[in-house]
Amino acid sequence: MDLTTKYMGLKLKNPIVPSASPLSESIDTVKAMEDAGAAAVVVYSLFEEQISHESGELDHYLSVGTDSFAEALSYFPAQEKFHLGPDQYLDHIANLKKAVDIPIIGSLNGVSTGGWIKYAQNIEQAGADALELNVYYIAANQNIVGSEVENMYVDVLKEVKKNVKIPVAIKLSPFFTSMSNMARKLDHAGADALVLFNRFYQPDFDLDKLEVVPNLLLSTNWEMRLPLRWIAILHGNIKASLGATSGIHNYTDVLKIMMAGGDVAMMASELLLNGVGRIAQILDGMKKWMEEKEYSSIDMMKGSMSQKKIAQPAAFERANYMKTLQSFKTLN
Amino acid sequence: MGRRKITIDGNEAAAHVAYRVSEVIAIYPITPSSTMGELSDVWSAKKIKNIWGTVPSVTEMQSEGGAAGAVHGSLQSGALTTTFTASQGLFLMIPNMYKIAGELTPAVFHVSARSIAAAALSIFGDHSDVMATRQTGFGLICSNSVQEVMDTAAIVHRATLGSRIPFIHFFDGFRTSAEVVKMEELTDEDIRAMIDDEKIKEFRQRALKPENPFIRGTAQNPDVYFQGRETVNKFYDECPEIVQKAMDKFALVTGRQYHLFDYYGAPDAKRVIILMGSGAEAAEETVDYLSQRMEEKVGIIKVRLYRPFSAKHLLTAIPKTVENISVLDRTKEPGSLGEPLYLDIVTAISEAMSSNNPPFAKMPKIVGGRYGLSSKEFTPAMVKAVFDNMKKPEPKNHFTVGINDDVTFTSLDCDENFMIEGDEVVRCLFYGLGADGTVGANKNSIKIIGEETENYAQGYFVYDSKKSGSTTVSHLRFGKKPIRSTYLIQTAKFVGCHTFGLLEKFDVLGNIENGGTFLLNSPFSKDETWDNLPIRIQQQIIDKKLNFYLIDGYAVANKTGMGSRVNTIMQTCFFAISGILPKVEAIEQIKKSIQKTYGAKGEEIVKKNFEAVDQTLENLFKIDVPSKVTSKIEIPSIVSDKAPDYVRNVLGKMMEGKGDNVKVSEMPIDGTFPSATTQWEKRNIALDVPSWDSEWCIQCGKCAMVCPHACIRIKSYDKKYLNVAPSTFKMMDAKGKEFPDGYAYTIQVAVEDCTGCEMCVEVCPAKNKKETRLKALNMTPQIPIREQERANWDFFLTLPELDRRLINTGVIKAQQLQQPLFEFSGACSGCGETPYVKLVSQLFGDRSIIANATGCSSIYGGNLPTTPWAKNNEGRGPAWANSLFEDNAEFGMGMRLSIDKQNEFAIELILKLKDQIGNELSNAILHADQKDEAGIYEQRERVTELKKKLEKIKSKDSEKLLEVADYLVKKSVWIIGGDGWAYDIGYGGLDHVIASGKNVNILVLDTEVYSNTGGQMSKATGMGAVAKFAAAGKPNAKKDLAMMAMIYGNVYVAKVAMGANDVQTLRAFIEAEAYNGPSLIIAYSHCIAHGINMAKGMESQKAAVDSGYWPLFRYNPENFIEGKNSLKLDSKAPKIKLEDYIYKENRYKMLTKSHPTEAKELLVKAQEEVLKKWKFYEQMSSFEAGKDGSGKEETKN
Repeated sequence: MDLTTKYMGLKLKNPIVPSASPLSESIDTVKAMEDAGAAAVVVYSLFEEQISHESGELDHYLSVGTDSFAEALSYFPAQEKFHLGPDQYLDHIANLKKAVDIPIIGSLNGVSTGGWIKYAQNIEQAGADALELNVYYIAANQNIVGSEVENMYVDVLKEVKKNVKIPVAIKLSPFFTSMSNMARKLDHAGADALVLFNRFYQPDFDLDKLEVVPNLLLSTNWEMRLPLRWIAILHGNIKASLGATSGIHNYTDVLKIMMAGGDVAMMASELLLNGVGRIAQILDGMKKWMEEKEYSSIDMMKGSMSQKKIAQPAAFERANYMKTLQSFKTLN
Repeated sequence: MGRRKITIDGNEAAAHVAYRVSEVIAIYPITPSSTMGELSDVWSAKKIKNIWGTVPSVTEMQSEGGAAGAVHGSLQSGALTTTFTASQGLFLMIPNMYKIAGELTPAVFHVSARSIAAAALSIFGDHSDVMATRQTGFGLICSNSVQEVMDTAAIVHRATLGSRIPFIHFFDGFRTSAEVVKMEELTDEDIRAMIDDEKIKEFRQRALKPENPFIRGTAQNPDVYFQGRETVNKFYDECPEIVQKAMDKFALVTGRQYHLFDYYGAPDAKRVIILMGSGAEAAEETVDYLSQRMEEKVGIIKVRLYRPFSAKHLLTAIPKTVENISVLDRTKEPGSLGEPLYLDIVTAISEAMSSNNPPFAKMPKIVGGRYGLSSKEFTPAMVKAVFDNMKKPEPKNHFTVGINDDVTFTSLDCDENFMIEGDEVVRCLFYGLGADGTVGANKNSIKIIGEETENYAQGYFVYDSKKSGSTTVSHLRFGKKPIRSTYLIQTAKFVGCHTFGLLEKFDVLGNIENGGTFLLNSPFSKDETWDNLPIRIQQQIIDKKLNFYLIDGYAVANKTGMGSRVNTIMQTCFFAISGILPKVEAIEQIKKSIQKTYGAKGEEIVKKNFEAVDQTLENLFKIDVPSKVTSKIEIPSIVSDKAPDYVRNVLGKMMEGKGDNVKVSEMPIDGTFPSATTQWEKRNIALDVPSWDSEWCIQCGKCAMVCPHACIRIKSYDKKYLNVAPSTFKMMDAKGKEFPDGYAYTIQVAVEDCTGCEMCVEVCPAKNKKETRLKALNMTPQIPIREQERANWDFFLTLPELDRRLINTGVIKAQQLQQPLFEFSGACSGCGETPYVKLVSQLFGDRSIIANATGCSSIYGGNLPTTPWAKNNEGRGPAWANSLFEDNAEFGMGMRLSIDKQNEFAIELILKLKDQIGNELSNAILHADQKDEAGIYEQRERVTELKKKLEKIKSKDSEKLLEVADYLVKKSVWIIGGDGWAYDIGYGGLDHVIASGKNVNILVLDTEVYSNTGGQMSKATGMGAVAKFAAAGKPNAKKDLAMMAMIYGNVYVAKVAMGANDVQTLRAFIEAEAYNGPSLIIAYSHCIAHGINMAKGMESQKAAVDSGYWPLFRYNPENFIEGKNSLKLDSKAPKIKLEDYIYKENRYKMLTKSHPTEAKELLVKAQEEVLKKWKFYEQMSSFEAGKDGSGKEETKN
């Protein structure tokens, strides 16, 4: 049985790739992922804010109150070197490369085309096989029109592509007026893969404290429908590879993504919930299903249910929506 | 290898050599010597080797006494050992110094000489400390400049090995220890050349070793002790020659020749000053001036080797032509015939003159005088005054110079206009805030000028006496010749004012030369600035024809992400205007120094600084100065007209920076100052202050409780008083049974005293329901509301305080109505200690006597000009004193003993006079219940009545009783200090005091580091925290002082954290005071040395408790007597991980960045420790005492 897949030029032994999460902070966990069968690993993200603020914050808090009072001209011993977030991240990439054989995909999370772009180069130099750009942007500013937001994505991608030779994936939010057009723009800008979709963590309210609080909810299975739809629509229409992320929890989810036309199925919530050993179980499930249904390779099923290849292409558009609503009514 | 020219201070110069010739270094922090130990520790952590290729071991001890003991032990065991100290620290070493010298053990102690605490403490420089060691048998050798510090260090380490005499190498604290100058660095080869390995071999052969056992340190009897003491004479006799030979050797190595006594001046001088220390540099400059410009025959002798004193070498150095000698001592020895150096010189010359071979044709007239105590300026004008005194037929003897002694008339008159600063030296003054980085930038500028140009350079920095909103003045000199001006700049060519507001605080342009350059950081545009300058500044700019430059440094800083730090911006302006270096080169050098300063902290901060530099020049403008003054802005008086005379006339001078003009007659004779003087120093340092929105206030009182500076006050009062309230005065109805019916309630902010820390806003739990970003307290710009709130504050003060008997102190909302008697201190903005101190003052201030250990709390509690301990409307308040660092528990216990004795005596006298006083009153007094405010009030009333009766009785006993009658009213003794005192240096005393059973209350303000001296590790430091002497994270767990105290069983012990549980804190304070025995409160005090946002200090406290790191509990022995468990845990089992607490704070977090591996390991260990300790406490609190009250405990199950 051939489970191999190609993702932005990387030949992977199967389509399961743990996505960026705290799990990759530990080398041992990444090794365990490899042992369980992960085909590649996207390392947790290096945030633009980490790069731009950590250094300033450290300087501020270590120097506040210094050179002010004759008895205490400083409050901390001088240190030769601080290994700040970015440095630690790069060291971690290098160490992971030494520890495992599967491809290591670095992840940069940011929004501007500022100085942090050069960390793409640093990640490449640290040995990463590819890079995932996670552009997390909430378009809250009323003065910014949609095209500006789109250009922001494209500009970041172009800037990074200009600076590195390794393949670059871009992880997107689903909130584009014209997703297909956006995908094409990014494809033209040189994206080696599109990763669909970024889950925006929605804030919550604490009613006792009257405060907005972060509230991380792990994905649930139904969230997979959104990437499934868009991968099915985009498959065959762009050159870039397609990665699915959000809501992939079991082997049937992976198979569906493959049939929609995805090249890899990424998961984090499932592994956080039930351990990295789930990779082996999912692969096992896939194999059994494929044997039963007589699929000899992933390639055979890839894109088989994409918009281009299904009997009713409208199923992914408005008609399907009407049908869904009607069926709901019937049920009630 | 060639020698580098480097720009360092005196402390670094000493440590540079000491570190390289030592194997063991045992230290304890004390200003101004701490830097030497800290540098050694940093070098040791970096694995920098000594000249024999091994890394010296650096150990922080629990006190200087401990350090000296460790040094002694290490020396006896054969390791080359050194230490660094000053002042009281040196005093604590004296017992060991006798031992080390008595045993002829080579060693060098490097001392940045400092004043000693007499009527007052002073951290500044003079020779009072080293002069108190001259009897120990240690040699004393002095350095006068930073270069000499490094040179002498190398000389003396050789000499001690050669002579077997241990030495103190001293130099002036601050003036030399902290002066940054360009100098030539000794290479390791130079130092190597100075050390004789044969002598080290001999030293090691004398060491204790089981392979060659012997006994040293016997006890001797009248038959031989005396003879034994005389055995060392020949070593002392030979020592001066050995030191001179070491100096000669040094000359061979470096070309710089020193002598035991160096003469400088006219070969045929008639008048000679003899002195030692940095003053000799100013004196040398003045000799040049007087000789060259005024053709005076004068000279100076610089004493280098003071002990052993060599009369022979002295007499050789003094010109034969001498007729008058003035000996200057930088110390005070009350009651003596003269100060030590004077007496030595008189003896040496008298003995020589009465010998068969007198050195001079005629006995010179010798007078002595004192100068420069506590870093008092010693200027050329003062040197001239000393020379002029010698011209008189009868020169004044036992004089002082530099002060106005209008009591015993010792002082010499000085010509204030005599200045010798010439054009060959460029002099620059910079006025800045501590927070804006001015000093750091100037230190970098000095390094750039010193190391990148041919110029010699010197920097000296004057700091504030307050820790919040502190100001700094930087004095920079540079020129083609070495700079010997060891005094503040008197006339400057360049003045930079880095904060606009300082134009009102200092006479910024008072010292600028005509035609000089003035650079101002102004928040106003180039067109608006002129009109916003005060009249005085405009006048000075016009009169002195200044070149006036302007930049809005804050705008540039904001734009480039630098916040309020305008340091690199102002530095760039300075280089651009002054033209010391070509502009391009200057910018390149500034960037190089930025890289060096910030490089370790990451590229982004370097980049931001670079951007600030790049954007500076386009924002720098030269202003065309109008020909006329247009301003209407007067500089307000620093002291209020309403202030008492003493505050206005004396403290006011200090506030204005004119304390040097205070006369001897204006100073108290015994260090006693009036209470409650901070109220007269309106500092207006906060940009934003809290503003009360009564609509949402729930009257919880938390804001007032946490306010570190007592700037938020609460009053509940009869509404009738509101008739004359200012129109903007805010009030609401008082809510709840805690307040009298129908009363009003006001929270008032003292906006002119507030430091803007925001802690009150952070803890305010009342959100504005219509706009949740707002609360019942919100920060608002201070300037627009200053006038209005000043009036409101003044009115608020007129409102009556609620009768203390009516206040329910067990509830915070009511308790916070108690008037704070500790207000507006100079503590850091957001200080975590002062809310506890203030609470003591509210609860017990009107009957408390406070013993305060030296440290942060004694500095913000007692540093002049104004002090925060206050008094209430009845004139009662805390009586406060600071003795020392190490003895505070004993000091407080002494107070208790004294009070108890006087109380006992008063009782005895009442019994004696019962018939005259009357039975009813006598019995009421003797059996008074003073457990609460009402009881104390009634007793006070009785004592008042008693006094009236006593005045009529008129017997010896009644007079005696009048003296001690006040001791019949309850007195509350509080012993307050930090963890450095309680856990380390004062622990022995604290242990003894709690074991004594005496009724004292000990408050430990636990910041987990030596905060006042700059964050050195104490035994209270948590595992994994970074502190000085724990650069790789403290490897051991925090000492459990509470547990150690609980073991006694009769000590009330509480661990509190106001930010986690304010009610528990309040209860603990009340119970501790009520407990009739020793009580110990350990209070979590967040601190600027934790690397946190101080506004959120209370959040840190909560996290510490939630993690289980800081369990809250109260251990009350009275419960045990009642058959209950003494220990009550007031916090719940850990509910967050330790890392969720500690990594909120940069003292821990930085370790993950600097030593990631160690950080991980220590985190695991520390977490285990927390859980282990929690279980232990939990178990301990779950035992139930026997019901029979026997104290027998049994488990619940």
